[in-house]
Amino acid sequence: MQSEWLWGLGGGLLIGLGAAMLLWGNGKIMGASGLLGGLVDGSGRSDWAERAVFLIATFATPLVIYPLFNEVDTHISSNWLVLVVAGLLVGIGTRIANGCTSGHGVCGISRFSLRGIVATLIYIAAGGASVLVFRHMLEVI
Amino acid sequence: MRLLFSALAGTLFGAGLFISGMTDTAKVQGWLDIFGDWDPTLAFVMGGAIIPMFFAWRLTEGRRPVTQAFFPPKPPVEIDRRLAFGSVLFGMGWGLSGLCPGPAVASLGYGGVMHWVFFVAMLVGMGLAPYVRAALFERAMPAE
Repeated sequence: MQSEWLWGLGGGLLIGLGAAMLLWGNGKIMGASGLLGGLVDGSGRSDWAERAVFLIATFATPLVIYPLFNEVDTHISSNWLVLVVAGLLVGIGTRIANGCTSGHGVCGISRFSLRGIVATLIYIAAGGASVLVFRHMLEVI
Repeated sequence: MRLLFSALAGTLFGAGLFISGMTDTAKVQGWLDIFGDWDPTLAFVMGGAIIPMFFAWRLTEGRRPVTQAFFPPKPPVEIDRRLAFGSVLFGMGWGLSGLCPGPAVASLGYGGVMHWVFFVAMLVGMGLAPYVRAALFERAMPAE
């Protein structure tokens, strides 16, 4: 269990270094929902190539390194209805709130942005309530 | 040059998400499962990610990024209904699936078809968001 915390810390450091790279290199906030959402709704048309390159690298790197680890399991739900509803909520919610775990969480909290801190507290609380309701009360996940 | 920084950042992000276990939905839901078998891993990931970024932000004062004239300005200290409403929706979907946008992209390559189901639904949601925003917040936020 505790080795998983160390992997978490190490992986977290890499995530933070990636965010620092984008900030110092390109002057951009590393927010996954913003970078992706801008391609979907057209608001990120002017710098689409760098968004696409970032997302392709995010997609490709785990694909390349996962064979080095054994027993890789993402434990994703096998209920497509749950995933469709969840995907819609995440897509709409992150774009309306202007950020997700990487933008509001990592990049916002680290600069003591009140918006980032409040958003993070709200989505963690909502996520906790969601797991409580859907796992322990309705037992669908 | 900008594309190189984007590629390097995406590589670090993807590697970090995978290594930290954040592409494992059980770990994320475990973190949110306060009343069940609670898993604190996500706090280590978040803490680990905030450390380099804390210093990265501190060092921005009086400097500029390599390929741009200025760093992103600090957003206005404004907690509006949009931020709260959007974060509630996001949190509900995050808890339901154990996926947020970064890990949703990072797990697409090896996680199997159900990750694509989530990903496509998330893209549809992102496409719908401007209309939902207009319908709910038009009067409050006309200039969006």
